[in-house]
Amino acid sequence: MATPLRIAWWRRRRTRDLLFQAALIAGVLLLFGIMANNAIQTVERQHIATGFGFLDHTAGFDVVQTLVRYDETSTYGRVLLVGILNTLLVAAIGIVLATLLGFLVGIGQLSSNWLVARLARSFVEIVRNLPLLLQIFFWYFAVLRALPGPRESWGVADAVFLNNRGLYLPAPVAESGFGFVMLAFAAGAIASIFMFLRAKAVRERTGRVSPVAPGTTALLVVPALLASAAAGFPMSFSVPALSGFNFQGGIVVLPEMMALVVALATYTASYIAEIVRAGIEGVARGQTEAAQALGLNRGQMLRLVIVPQAMRQIIPPLTSQYLNLTKNSSLAVAIAYPDLVSVFAGTTLSQTGQAIEIIAITMAVYLTLSLLTSAFMNWYNARVALTER
Amino acid sequence: MRSTIMRFAALAVAGMLALAPAFAAPSPTLAKVKKNGFLRCGVNEGLPGFSVPDTKGEWAGMDVDFCRAIAAAIFNDPKKVRFFPTSAKVRFTALQAGDFDVLSRNTTWTISRDVQIGLEFIGVMYFDGQGFMVPKSAKVTSARQLDGASVCTNTGTTTELNLADYFRANKMKYKVIAFERNNEVISAYDKGRCDAYTTDASGLYAERLKLTKPDDHIVLPEIISKEPLGPAVNQGDQPWGDLVRWTFFAMLNAEELGVTSKNVDQMLKSPNPEVRRLLGVEGAFGESLGLTKDWAVRIVRHVGNYGEVFERNVGQGSPLKIKRGMNALHTKGGLQYAPPVR
Repeated sequence: MATPLRIAWWRRRRTRDLLFQAALIAGVLLLFGIMANNAIQTVERQHIATGFGFLDHTAGFDVVQTLVRYDETSTYGRVLLVGILNTLLVAAIGIVLATLLGFLVGIGQLSSNWLVARLARSFVEIVRNLPLLLQIFFWYFAVLRALPGPRESWGVADAVFLNNRGLYLPAPVAESGFGFVMLAFAAGAIASIFMFLRAKAVRERTGRVSPVAPGTTALLVVPALLASAAAGFPMSFSVPALSGFNFQGGIVVLPEMMALVVALATYTASYIAEIVRAGIEGVARGQTEAAQALGLNRGQMLRLVIVPQAMRQIIPPLTSQYLNLTKNSSLAVAIAYPDLVSVFAGTTLSQTGQAIEIIAITMAVYLTLSLLTSAFMNWYNARVALTER
Repeated sequence: MRSTIMRFAALAVAGMLALAPAFAAPSPTLAKVKKNGFLRCGVNEGLPGFSVPDTKGEWAGMDVDFCRAIAAAIFNDPKKVRFFPTSAKVRFTALQAGDFDVLSRNTTWTISRDVQIGLEFIGVMYFDGQGFMVPKSAKVTSARQLDGASVCTNTGTTTELNLADYFRANKMKYKVIAFERNNEVISAYDKGRCDAYTTDASGLYAERLKLTKPDDHIVLPEIISKEPLGPAVNQGDQPWGDLVRWTFFAMLNAEELGVTSKNVDQMLKSPNPEVRRLLGVEGAFGESLGLTKDWAVRIVRHVGNYGEVFERNVGQGSPLKIKRGMNALHTKGGLQYAPPVR
């Protein structure tokens, strides 16, 4: 019987691994400790205010676009909320537009029509190769230069106006009885979902395709219309009207927001277009041939065979683009759109001087938004992923 | 190992002893400035009359000249300054983080900045107040007629707060369009994005020069706030604050005593004891600041007294043609007043 090989304890692999891990953790902790200590000492030596108490203090400045009630007497905490909502608004609209445009251009690049393919290709190459900040300035000052002043506004039907102060739209105002209309609409919507699911089940069981679009549309519109007629059309509009310097009433879309949304959406769309093209080209050629053999037309081929398979390759990089768009929206401050970075990490920071707290909060907000977006997209990805049986 | 540390410590102590003049409590910032060989100065990115790079890339303006005066006092060379253009939004954070030694950037002295942000304001370089500029075509003659107006301004300034106060106090509505950088504010106003542009009155006159048609715009008569603009340093280095403060006071005292960049050498022979103390002929005030005896001579010779700096940059010798007004010496009906050198 051979004697087991004896290894000194400090030469054992396991011990060494543990030691290295411990040393690394200690090093990282030490680094953070030094950084924190340095910050605390500086703050104390220079008598800089600290803590999160400032969130309850009165802000005293106004914000041009707020989705929640806000005035000069609101607190810095409220400013934070206003900033988050404004960032979310731009990001949400930007993501929807970028996705639509990106898919259009991406598929367009593969078009057999020479002109369409070249146009799509040029769009991608021009837009994705210019710095985003430049594009934001371009759109902003291009928009401002092109639009007339309030007194020379372009109007449609005396209800919609466009000038260099923004796009003015009539705002719907709900009156009593509006709840019934909403109920009727909700009922119609649920019924139309049922109809769609049933048609899908029939198709999967029998292979018979029945058109559902007319039915679902009718279900969405007719009950709501009937209910509003019964309640005497319980909705009015606040129509913008010129008074003094600007239009008053209605909803206003700021030129800053238009420029920012257009810039973010086109810029991100150019990347999404490439992702979509890669995704589609990644689907094996045999799939197209098989679909053709089945007698599917070009639309059906794309919708039923190519895109669902391409989606598996599209979703993960698409998620990164959504995250990028949300983070890029922080360039808003350059053109005075009141996003989180502008009103909170900008104005609030320079009024209170509490850089560490405010930047930490701002980073936490962006991190949360990004993680939530990622979580949603991962869930969606899992749904469309290849199911192996 | 131990001996190395000891040697370093001995060297450091010897170095400090050698550098520190007899009277001065050592200022870490001054030591750093001397070691760097230049002063680091945070200035506006471009405000004619206060801090703006000229066609040759040389910085010019009152705020710039003040930093040159400090450099002259320390190095006897006004060129030993590096300028750091800084936006209104990041100026305090950059100063706190030690990106520069002095912030000379038309900054309003307020209690929150002095106390909460931990700045030390060293004096009032320029007494100012906030005003409005409007296009002549708007036919507005008073700020009271601005109800419902869109107003362009800078984010991170007292301007934003004063604007809110003024419209609230007068029960008027407004929309604020706040940009991070000066150039975007003025560009957006020029393209008609706003009905009015608001900032400190000195800034209005300066920015008006950048418009496509400066003569088509007027500054309204109302001044809606007090804006005492001055340089600031970080708290925690009192001797450095003293040095910067007395550089400013030396410029004011020089004007009051009639010492100019032209006559400073003759003035050294002046029998007036106040002049003799200021110019270091009597007393050792320069040494007590950690400088040399002739610190004030250096400032006035290279940069000039307060009046000269004012007229050259924003007064009659400049395109701005701003009158001294509140910024005249107290002896001439203004507010500028420096404690005596004694």
